[in-house]
Amino acid sequence: MKKIEAIIQPFKLDEVKEALKGIGIDGMTISEVRGHGRQKGHKEVYRGQEYNVDLLPKVKLEMVVAEARADEVVRTLAGAARTGKIGDGKIFISEIAEAIRIRNDDRGESAL
Amino acid sequence: MKRLLKSLLLASVSLPACVFAQTTSAQTTLTQATQSNLDLQTRLAALEAATKSAQSAGDNAWMLTSAALVLMMTGPGLALFYGGLVRRKNVLSTMMHSFILMAVVTVIWAIVGYSLAFGGDSAFLGDFRFAFLHNVGSAPNPDYAPTIPQQTYMIYQLMFAIITPALISGAFAERMKFSAMLLFTVLWSLLVYFPMAHMVWGKGGLLNASLGGRFPCFDFAGGTVVHITSGVSALICALYLGKRVGYPSEAMKPHNLVLSVIGACLLWVGWFGFNAGSAVAASGLASSAFVATHFGAAAAALGWILAEWLHNGKPSVLGAISGCVAGLVAITPASGFVKPFPALLIGFTAGLVCYCMVSMVKRKFGYDDALDAFGVHGMGGTLGALLTGIFATNLVNDGFKDSAGRLLPLGLVDGRPSQVLNQALGCAISWGLAIVGTLVILKICDALLGGVRVRKEHEIEGLDISLHGEEGYIFES
Repeated sequence: MKKIEAIIQPFKLDEVKEALKGIGIDGMTISEVRGHGRQKGHKEVYRGQEYNVDLLPKVKLEMVVAEARADEVVRTLAGAARTGKIGDGKIFISEIAEAIRIRNDDRGESAL
Repeated sequence: MKRLLKSLLLASVSLPACVFAQTTSAQTTLTQATQSNLDLQTRLAALEAATKSAQSAGDNAWMLTSAALVLMMTGPGLALFYGGLVRRKNVLSTMMHSFILMAVVTVIWAIVGYSLAFGGDSAFLGDFRFAFLHNVGSAPNPDYAPTIPQQTYMIYQLMFAIITPALISGAFAERMKFSAMLLFTVLWSLLVYFPMAHMVWGKGGLLNASLGGRFPCFDFAGGTVVHITSGVSALICALYLGKRVGYPSEAMKPHNLVLSVIGACLLWVGWFGFNAGSAVAASGLASSAFVATHFGAAAAALGWILAEWLHNGKPSVLGAISGCVAGLVAITPASGFVKPFPALLIGFTAGLVCYCMVSMVKRKFGYDDALDAFGVHGMGGTLGALLTGIFATNLVNDGFKDSAGRLLPLGLVDGRPSQVLNQALGCAISWGLAIVGTLVILKICDALLGGVRVRKEHEIEGLDISLHGEEGYIFES
């Protein structure tokens, strides 16, 4: 089983969710995060005091999928999230040792 | 006019009586005429009393409303305005500063405050004749407010006494001990506010323009009493307590400007009670002060964001609301003395000047006046007080007459530039009293409470948790 972690632009979330639903992936965890890669931040000024804000709001999606589906999921996700500009985000893939459904103790790929 | 009415009424009543007399004796006629004359006197007296009562009713209704408006300025106006400007971990403690003073100052005012501010006729401080609100009831106090119950006047003035120390909290936000703030407020009210209020508004007060002051200073609603004293005290507190941990290198952005905008709007609306209510009557002067207040706020908001737009490239919402407050502060002493267009000018100037104070002067000198109580209230109040000396005119305020009943000239526009000097004296006295009083009080608090500033770990953790055991926002629940 593979864990797919994607950090994307917040305004791309709906498009990505729809695209993943379209290929049958509807289980995922979404969190609001802040961060940056090479994208520059912006300047804020409060009563003459200047602040450089380089922690930008992003959305992180996490999902665990069957080994065989991983490539398809990544292609769909990236395709939906891409704008072609700096700040599009990144996808990380890691190996998952076990998955358990809490309700009925299903294990392995049948728990996904 | 009255005599004509009286004689007309008398004639219309006695005419049928004369006709009747033709058939009865002269004796009966005389009795009836006397009787109807007496009736008329009674009815006229009743009419006069009713008119007076109606005027009092109008005045009292407006003054009670104004008192409520001014209290609203503190809670939630100032509480929201200041609360939104601090970091999230200190939002409750900042709001608590405003809120708890609504309670604390009320009690001191009732016991001794009203008396020390408005009792007696000495130059510097009142006496104890109204202690425990003795003799403060429904009968008017003819010196201050002849058409409303003295209770109304007392409660109206109380709201001013409440908001003044609340303004100072802007300077020591995010690092002052709660116990120290309470003790500070009690001592400050006694040593600074009550004397200043008496000097400017109390009978015989040194600076009282209407009630026999030696150096008449025009301060309609409290530019010196409220804003200069609190603003300058704020500066002293900021210097005495020192900078917040991490200032100025760490980012300390307002955590919720939405609250601050709401607070600023409540301040703007509430200020109509603060200024127009200072006419102590539902009169033309109240209308004039209302208009001047509104115009001052509007022009100042524009002045500030214009300065900001040019200086920084972007007009900010924080700038707009700060500007409007600066304008309200500056127009406070002038509100019952100036015409609408000078009010616009005063407001606009305050917007520009206070913007410079807050963005340039503060940065240059490096003091941590966290919420710009000095930059906005101290400087705005001083500017407003001085400009009052220029623009005060008897065309707006006809309350100052000589012994022959002629209107006296007021400010520079009336041909009396010397008033500006008196205004400057009023400013100097408020500055002096605020500086000395605040230093002494801080030293006392320091000694009695083992320090006025919280411990460093508590400051970093946040005062909401460390002082009050609470969090302002709990998102997970």
